[in-house]
Amino acid sequence: MKKLWITLTYLVFILLLVVPIVKIFTGAWQEGWSGFIEALSRKQSLHALMMTGMIVVIVTAINTIFGVMLALYLVRATWLGRRLKQLLNSVVDLPFAVSPVIGGLMIVLMLGPSSIMGAFFEDIGFKVVYALPGMVLATLFVTFPLMVREVMPLLQEIGSQQEEAASTLGAYSWYTFWHVTWPSIRWGVIYGIVLTVARSLGEFGAVLVVSGNIMNKTQTATTLVYQDVENFNVTAANGVALVLAAFSVGLLLIMEWAKKRKEVH
Amino acid sequence: MHIEVNGLNKQFGDFQAVRDVSFEIERGHLIGLLGPSGGGKTSILRMLAGLEAPTSGDIIFHGKRVNDLPPQERGIGFVFQNYALFKHMTVYDNVAFGLKVKKQAKEQIRERVMSLVELTGLKGFEHRYPHQLSGGQRQRVAFARALAPEPQLLLLDEPFAAIDAKIRSELRTWLKEMIERLGITSIFVTHDQDEAIEVADEIMIINKGRLEQKGSPWDIYKNPQTQFVASFIGESTIVERVERLKGFENATNWPGTQALIRPEYIEIGKRSEFRLPSATMQGKVKHLHFRGSEWMVEVMVDDIKLITYRSLEKDVLQPGDEVSVLVHRAYLFNDNDSWVMENTLKEDPMPIHI
Repeated sequence: MKKLWITLTYLVFILLLVVPIVKIFTGAWQEGWSGFIEALSRKQSLHALMMTGMIVVIVTAINTIFGVMLALYLVRATWLGRRLKQLLNSVVDLPFAVSPVIGGLMIVLMLGPSSIMGAFFEDIGFKVVYALPGMVLATLFVTFPLMVREVMPLLQEIGSQQEEAASTLGAYSWYTFWHVTWPSIRWGVIYGIVLTVARSLGEFGAVLVVSGNIMNKTQTATTLVYQDVENFNVTAANGVALVLAAFSVGLLLIMEWAKKRKEVH
Repeated sequence: MHIEVNGLNKQFGDFQAVRDVSFEIERGHLIGLLGPSGGGKTSILRMLAGLEAPTSGDIIFHGKRVNDLPPQERGIGFVFQNYALFKHMTVYDNVAFGLKVKKQAKEQIRERVMSLVELTGLKGFEHRYPHQLSGGQRQRVAFARALAPEPQLLLLDEPFAAIDAKIRSELRTWLKEMIERLGITSIFVTHDQDEAIEVADEIMIINKGRLEQKGSPWDIYKNPQTQFVASFIGESTIVERVERLKGFENATNWPGTQALIRPEYIEIGKRSEFRLPSATMQGKVKHLHFRGSEWMVEVMVDDIKLITYRSLEKDVLQPGDEVSVLVHRAYLFNDNDSWVMENTLKEDPMPIHI
């Protein structure tokens, strides 16, 4: 009985994780090295990878700064009422609960060309939806909880006494943050960055709704894979997917390393 | 630093942590804030440090109101209960923190840190991290760190609470000597009366957010002004209707009055051992407890249970033994008043003059 369960568990693991990776790999090399290169050097592939890269960089930068700040305010601010803090704390998790597609839809409804705000931005020549800013917003929406959720428990665990001690020793908040708080949370922040990069690299639903998936304009790597599959261009799809998968494996390794460092205080 | 506090109040939501506390502290004194846990002592200390804002009242350092000054500018040193050492910094960096903030010259910092490290007996440990130190060593690092920027006032929150009993008494003596030597005004919080009595020049008893009494340990012991102080400092038994005890018959004049009797107010022994046997009562030994350096004796006088101590040098008593009991004095209190009453029979009614 026990043996059966062990076999079954491994079988599920292999079917779910190992086989697809192997399949992507072999699929990408179906037409040899040249097929792979060709799939990647198409104009739309290069553009899509560049879009994904830009989104990852912008989203990670914004999410890191504001995620750490929100975590600090949610844990440390005494001027926020307890109720309000609890409410904010649960709202942070909203993107986990809401489907990314709905997240994207909310942005379209709020900032689309037919909305008041969207029309305003359009007038001043700043396109939000069906352009990079909207895609960044959609990805931010999806990744927002990741940093906050990584940093908050660390801040709670170290408590405020070290920071109070620093203040009685004459240090103001900026100095205290960099010399006392940051060394305790930095591995959590790095872990949060890795998670954010991984998530924004792979985000599909929200971006698809907001971007309109216009080739060479608002197409990202994931939406390109989707379009290639739709067009029965499987080799090309596998090629792009392999690039994404390679990044993910790299991130996974960094993640493991960051996690270990995070636990050793 | 001369410290004055007027009408200090602190409210956390519905909970009143500190109620109308006023006091004054002379420069160079070592003050113990003593009281049960949750009584508001730490809140007072944190308000003095500027870590908590008072709901109302004034805090005055050197004649200058400091309520609106942040902790950074109050010139205080604070030793936290769990030390709050910077765990990713070495002992050296911990002690140097307050000096680096002030952007002092490297050489100057080095000199000051090394002298403090030596003063606190941490020489050779400068490059250790807090988690590589024992509790007592951490406490001394916290102390050195707080002293490094040369504060005018040192605040210590339960400085000995996290240290085991044996090292605690060593550290107490060490701390008292150190503070005396430096001549720095210091306030420490404790719930341990022995600690307060042993270390402090002056004690402030805090209960339910109120300052019950302020005075030297001896004053407070001898002359407690409230029932809470009397029962909190020293050991005691509460006796209802104290007029039943010999020598305290006058207590009938104050109906509804209870008495608090300390073990050291009571003497027991053979009738012949007393100078004034007429003032003694008969009692019966109920229990004996060995307390390491003396016997604790529970004695029944009629149905009143009294507790006292007896030297190991005297004859060993047995439960059930008949003994004479002399109560020297009692501390009487009722709802509005409290006072000390001496045994009226102790004055020899028929003095013999030779």
